[in-house]
Amino acid sequence: MTPDRWIVTVTGLALVAFIVWFFWLKRSTGFHATETSGGYQEAMILVKGGYTPDTIIVRSGRPVRLNFRREETASCSDKVIFADFQKSADLPTGQTIAIELLPKAPGEFAFACPMGMFRGRLIVE
Amino acid sequence: MAIDGVIAAQVNPATRIASIDYDPSRTKIGSILQAIRAVGYTVGTATARIPIKNMHCSSCIIRVELALQMTPGIVSARASLGPNAADIEYQPEKVDFQEIRKAIESAGYRVAETKIEARNEMLDPAEAANEEEYRSLMRKFWFAAVVSVPVMALSYPDLVPGLRDWMPMGSDTRRIVWALLGVLSFPVLVWAGSQFFSGMWDALKHRAANMHTLIAIGISAAYAYSVVAVAAPGIFPEMALAEVFWDVTDVVVALVVLGLALEIKAKGRTSQAIKKLIGLQAKTARVVRDGKETDIPVEEVLVEDVVVVRPGEKVPVDGKVIAGASAIDESMITGESMPVEKQTGDEVIGGTMNKTGSFRFAATKVGKDTALATIIRMVKDAQGSKAPIQRVVDTVSGYFVPAVMILAVLAFIAWYNFGPEPRLIFATVIFVTTLIIACPCALGLATPTSLTVGIGKGAENGILIRSGDALQASEKLDSIILDKTGTITRGEPALTDVVVVPGHDESEVLRLTASLERGSEHPLGEAIVKGAELRKLTLVDAESFAAIPGLGVSGRIDGRDVLFGNAKLMGDRAVVIDSLLSEWERLANEGKTPMYVAIDGKAAGLVAVADTVKPDSQAAIALLKGLGIEVVMLTGDNERTGRAIAREVGIDRVLAEVLPNDKAHEVQKLQLEGKSVGMVGDGVNDAPALAQADVGFAIGTGTDVAIEASDVTLIKGSLMGVVTAIAISRATMRNVRQNLVGAFGYNTLGIPIAMGVLYPFTGLLLSPLIAAAAMAFSSVTVVTNANRLRFFQPRRAGS
Repeated sequence: MTPDRWIVTVTGLALVAFIVWFFWLKRSTGFHATETSGGYQEAMILVKGGYTPDTIIVRSGRPVRLNFRREETASCSDKVIFADFQKSADLPTGQTIAIELLPKAPGEFAFACPMGMFRGRLIVE
Repeated sequence: MAIDGVIAAQVNPATRIASIDYDPSRTKIGSILQAIRAVGYTVGTATARIPIKNMHCSSCIIRVELALQMTPGIVSARASLGPNAADIEYQPEKVDFQEIRKAIESAGYRVAETKIEARNEMLDPAEAANEEEYRSLMRKFWFAAVVSVPVMALSYPDLVPGLRDWMPMGSDTRRIVWALLGVLSFPVLVWAGSQFFSGMWDALKHRAANMHTLIAIGISAAYAYSVVAVAAPGIFPEMALAEVFWDVTDVVVALVVLGLALEIKAKGRTSQAIKKLIGLQAKTARVVRDGKETDIPVEEVLVEDVVVVRPGEKVPVDGKVIAGASAIDESMITGESMPVEKQTGDEVIGGTMNKTGSFRFAATKVGKDTALATIIRMVKDAQGSKAPIQRVVDTVSGYFVPAVMILAVLAFIAWYNFGPEPRLIFATVIFVTTLIIACPCALGLATPTSLTVGIGKGAENGILIRSGDALQASEKLDSIILDKTGTITRGEPALTDVVVVPGHDESEVLRLTASLERGSEHPLGEAIVKGAELRKLTLVDAESFAAIPGLGVSGRIDGRDVLFGNAKLMGDRAVVIDSLLSEWERLANEGKTPMYVAIDGKAAGLVAVADTVKPDSQAAIALLKGLGIEVVMLTGDNERTGRAIAREVGIDRVLAEVLPNDKAHEVQKLQLEGKSVGMVGDGVNDAPALAQADVGFAIGTGTDVAIEASDVTLIKGSLMGVVTAIAISRATMRNVRQNLVGAFGYNTLGIPIAMGVLYPFTGLLLSPLIAAAAMAFSSVTVVTNANRLRFFQPRRAGS
């Protein structure tokens, strides 16, 4: 193999390794929802290229209010679905939309856009 | 009433209005209302949440509250920063939204216009955003398309005879022309293609990748190669490698942007059904307030308001007719095409269209409680739910984009190492093509778009499918249990037969029996009276009427002794009924309830009543069987009555004498036979059975649509709804599968071809331009296929 081939091969494989590490081997730290005086556990979630934060930690048995704010126009993210809670909401750009849930049992529940490109987790402790 | 400041108070119970004379300097309307509530009465006020703009501080709150509280007609007002809104309680007859708005504006704040009316709250604000997005994408498309034309023509001078001589390879002319094309393409990359870069960047921040990532890398790789080829052709070992790919950048951007725009349009159409429902809501209502008819916004209608509806007008809210009569077109809600006659006491549904007559009704459900608002909410929820089939897709799409990136890199390495010359160009083109042909959107769109259209189609036909789960489960049903009473039959007895002994007149026997029964309160009696009235018989009053419990009734009509009841009664009174026995037997075998009539001590005939079968039950059951579904009838009646009805409608399997509590158990027994069981019944008595079934179909009545235990609610109480629901679920799931097969197939075929796996065998390579076209139209195709469901036509009885 000529040197240029070596360079391309090694760089390419390094790139593959980077893609695997960057996209698949991530572990996000959870965000603890804040408890309000009304007894709700609240969190604000920004919808832009993904959910920020994308992992929300709440305690079971108490109502949760997640305020989604979408700040992009790509049509993929115009809805958020909590499949386990049978809840969904349209997220018009620039508006804050609250979703209220009552997690009864501990566990990990996913939420996502209809196409599953944006993903988040609700961890109930 | 002991409130300081109240001078006189007078309550008129008829109009339910209290007139209070008070001194505004010593008390406020709020305290008066509080006093009224304290003694247990409600006051006719309405509450509303009014969103307010530019309210940022706590002193703003006080100013807004003060301004509102000083407005006559507003009982209380509380503003808060959290939702940026004021919650007000007000008397709709004294103040309207215009005045409330003025009060807020007088304090220096603005009402956030779009949300003030409950109606608009439901109107999708996303729609306006989508329209804007569409126009912006189309502008970008046209720009990129116009630039593409000269760039395409001048990028391949070696293929065009005249150009080859004018700008030969390696000449300065060629370099200058190509440099100019690069300048021309630059805005295509950074403006028309801007959403790819911003989308990629937003996702990268989350360590995620999407379609934008693939396109952005693809078009910038093509652009970057071209820049190097023009700026420093010397670094390439051969002159032929100094190629430009401006055309790839321009055409890919143009096609993909066009695809996105078309996708937005097509996606908008998928939710047409819900838009239609939202559009049904009336804007104004004509109510009677203070004895006068006034037009008010429909949001201000209160429960118990008297609403006036004239011919050709919409019924604004749900209610009960209190005066007048009319025919109403309810097709938009129930799917029933024939207008429905309404008279005093009948329910009317908001959003339906009044045809001929005028009437007044008392509002029973307003605002978010109306049947229409509930339907809209349920359909939206269902459209937002996921079908189980989607779970697979979700797993795949989580890995999809990075996997494509890895494949593109591997393809580059392979082509660079083992490909034909010029290797660098081949490797680059293959890399770009692989990134561009992959279409995660087609995968993601496949299920939700079909579901949205299918559930919307159900709503158009008066069928509310609760969720994607329910839709998918309905498709697989192979057995359906129908509750007899109220589902197959009307659930109320009606006169069916009059049999007379020779020498007696049928009408006369019925007239006497009905006149006698007018005195009784038995439901069977009611059916006979109704039957007689239908035959235009004039009934008279009975003398010395007597009800004999468990046996029948007797009385004297027009000077004749009439006896009506069972065989035991006849035996007790020594009436010979032998001549009627065979007829009695025949009617009883048909599932009817025949009773003897004796006039002046002699048998005169039989009058039979029965719960009658709904007109389209038989056709619906035949259609269900045609769909390959076993139909089972469940009834609390005895075997004989049950069988008679089953024969009439064409059901072979009857579960008779089932106690109400055992219905769920019967469903379970059928499930244990390994069947997927649907249960059709009313939402109240059959709730446990509906919940036990794989799919519970609740037969709704009028405005009661939110039946908890059911997976599917049939707004119109006809069995044809079950047929349509199953047909819709099958059509939708078939559509979903087509989409999934198409999207998976497209990607699993397209990506390897783009990587050049066919090249060693056939010499086939995909141009990145073709890849862009395929990618753009694959997702449009998926959405368009879903939209085909909009043309689904339910089968009508008899077709």
